[in-house]
Amino acid sequence: MSPFIRIRNVTRRFGDVVAVDDLSLDIDRGELFCLLGASGCGKTTLLRMLAGFERADSGSIEIDGIDMAAVPPAARPVNIMFQNYALFPHMSVADNIAYGLRRAGLPKPEIAARLEELLRLVRLTGMGGRKPHQLSGGQRQRVALARALARRPKLLLLDEPLAALDKKLREDTQFELVDIQERLETTFIVVTHDQEEAMTLASRIGVMDAGRLVQVDTPRTLYDRPRNRFIADFLGTVSFLDGVVTSLDGGFVSIDGVVSVTAVDPGGFAVGDAVRMAIRPEKITLGRDPGGGVNEIPVTVEDLAFTGVATNYRVIGPDGVRLKLTQPNRRGDVAPLEWEQPGFVSFDPADIVLLRD
Amino acid sequence: MRRGISWPALWLAIIGFGILYVPVVVMVVYSFNASRLVSVWAGFSTRWYGELMQNDQVLSALAKSLWVAVNAATLSTIFGVLIALAFVRYGNFRFRLLLSALASTPLVMPEVVTGLSLLLLFIAMEGFFGWPAGRGIDTIIIAHTTFGMCFAAVVVQSRLRDFDMSIEEAASDLGATQPYIFFSITLPIIAPAVVAAWLLAFTLSFDDLVIASFVSGPGSSTLPIVVFSKVRLGVTPEINALATIMIALVAASVIAASVIIYRNATGRAVAEEKGSQP
Repeated sequence: MSPFIRIRNVTRRFGDVVAVDDLSLDIDRGELFCLLGASGCGKTTLLRMLAGFERADSGSIEIDGIDMAAVPPAARPVNIMFQNYALFPHMSVADNIAYGLRRAGLPKPEIAARLEELLRLVRLTGMGGRKPHQLSGGQRQRVALARALARRPKLLLLDEPLAALDKKLREDTQFELVDIQERLETTFIVVTHDQEEAMTLASRIGVMDAGRLVQVDTPRTLYDRPRNRFIADFLGTVSFLDGVVTSLDGGFVSIDGVVSVTAVDPGGFAVGDAVRMAIRPEKITLGRDPGGGVNEIPVTVEDLAFTGVATNYRVIGPDGVRLKLTQPNRRGDVAPLEWEQPGFVSFDPADIVLLRD
Repeated sequence: MRRGISWPALWLAIIGFGILYVPVVVMVVYSFNASRLVSVWAGFSTRWYGELMQNDQVLSALAKSLWVAVNAATLSTIFGVLIALAFVRYGNFRFRLLLSALASTPLVMPEVVTGLSLLLLFIAMEGFFGWPAGRGIDTIIIAHTTFGMCFAAVVVQSRLRDFDMSIEEAASDLGATQPYIFFSITLPIIAPAVVAAWLLAFTLSFDDLVIASFVSGPGSSTLPIVVFSKVRLGVTPEINALATIMIALVAASVIAASVIIYRNATGRAVAEEKGSQP
């Protein structure tokens, strides 16, 4: 069976700028897919091409087996929720949501029934008579969602759906969005620049940079097994160590750089290869005394920040190598390390990601 | 923080506004003068307003002026909206700068030039294909529309410029066709600017003397033309009364336009203020 959405070698230029560069991507029915990238990476352009507001210079986009090149936005089985919601300011909530239903020429009783259903879905029952400017930011976001879902699109595009909400509301709304998506089983494509948002929402994430997809994977794979330095750095915090492979031994690689490290062999490395090791802050443990295991490095605390859940440390090792790490605040930590104090960090060979760039 | 009154600034303001409005006030006051002599005050009276209402020439000129102004304002607004849409929506088409300069030149063109050139055009057109047959109300409406639409375009353009395009895209995404989007979404949102443009064009047309004098014909004298020809025979209290009525009419439409623009601006500001709260 062919995939629900098939994007093949799509390119879009604006003058000299290549917004989307020979991009191919398949998305399955019912997925909640996230396009993640910094501003200007081409993610919004790709979304607008799916909605039909931009054409592709070359390549093809198929939705549900039909080529979309000649299909105008109004005729696509696709609806979009805009970043600023784009609510019609002169219409009530009900008229906003029913706009697409009336355009579709549905009979009045059915419009009324669907309107009620949608208002219930986004928890705005009884608010139908209000104008957009009488609503809070979160309520407006839900009106926009209901309006975009009204025509029962096969594919819903969401452009930075949560960017205009404050942090607390954003966290609640994330779960609500996932919940609605699961209930409707509509395919969602969410564009965002917020990696945490992408991780929370998506079943798969496509990370974009300079118009290309750098890696497409589940959130966990992206985080734990980034393909290159860009992905490792873009998703969360990471420390890098450079070195050269000195030996391959029974599934382990030994690497010599400013410090000697043993890592699990991902395959494909040979003695003498230059590698870059990436390690996440929460996978490093910090202690006052050496534990005697592998990958143990003497360090000095350079800086620390208490965040409540955890304490973030920046430590300096031999030859000025810097590592960022996070220690959860447990009750047993009677005397955590303070500024300028010496200690030891250690990490598991399995938690090191070996990168070639 | 309150600042003390700066006396020189206050005096400048008094002199400035005095120069602007003392003549108008004097005229309004003398329109209520019981005496026929303009410069001698002989007590309060509304006699001249009464006589004005009996004056068929003035009343028919007023009716013509209103008819011309309503038509010219309506046509100006329609064309002005189209001009504004073209310049704001169709991006950087060829000769855009040249055309937008051409569209706003009538704003600063001397009225004598506009009037004369239109007169010559009408005469030439009549010679070539027999229309317009002579000059009259129609030619005044056309003439007023030619400059009124430029003003209307400026007013509407400023509103269209900060129009959020994604609102129209949302409508098209929801299945609406372009004409339907214009009437259901765009027009209601820019309506305050359209009304303001209409009122502005109405005012400009209603008090125009110069252009109307060029392109009017026998039997199509508008109110300003009648007033001007009467004044040449000497200022009468009747004219003062007429001018007062005209001021009231123009002031009312200018105030209405300002209120609409102001209320819309503050309404939006309030809405945005509210929107920023979670």
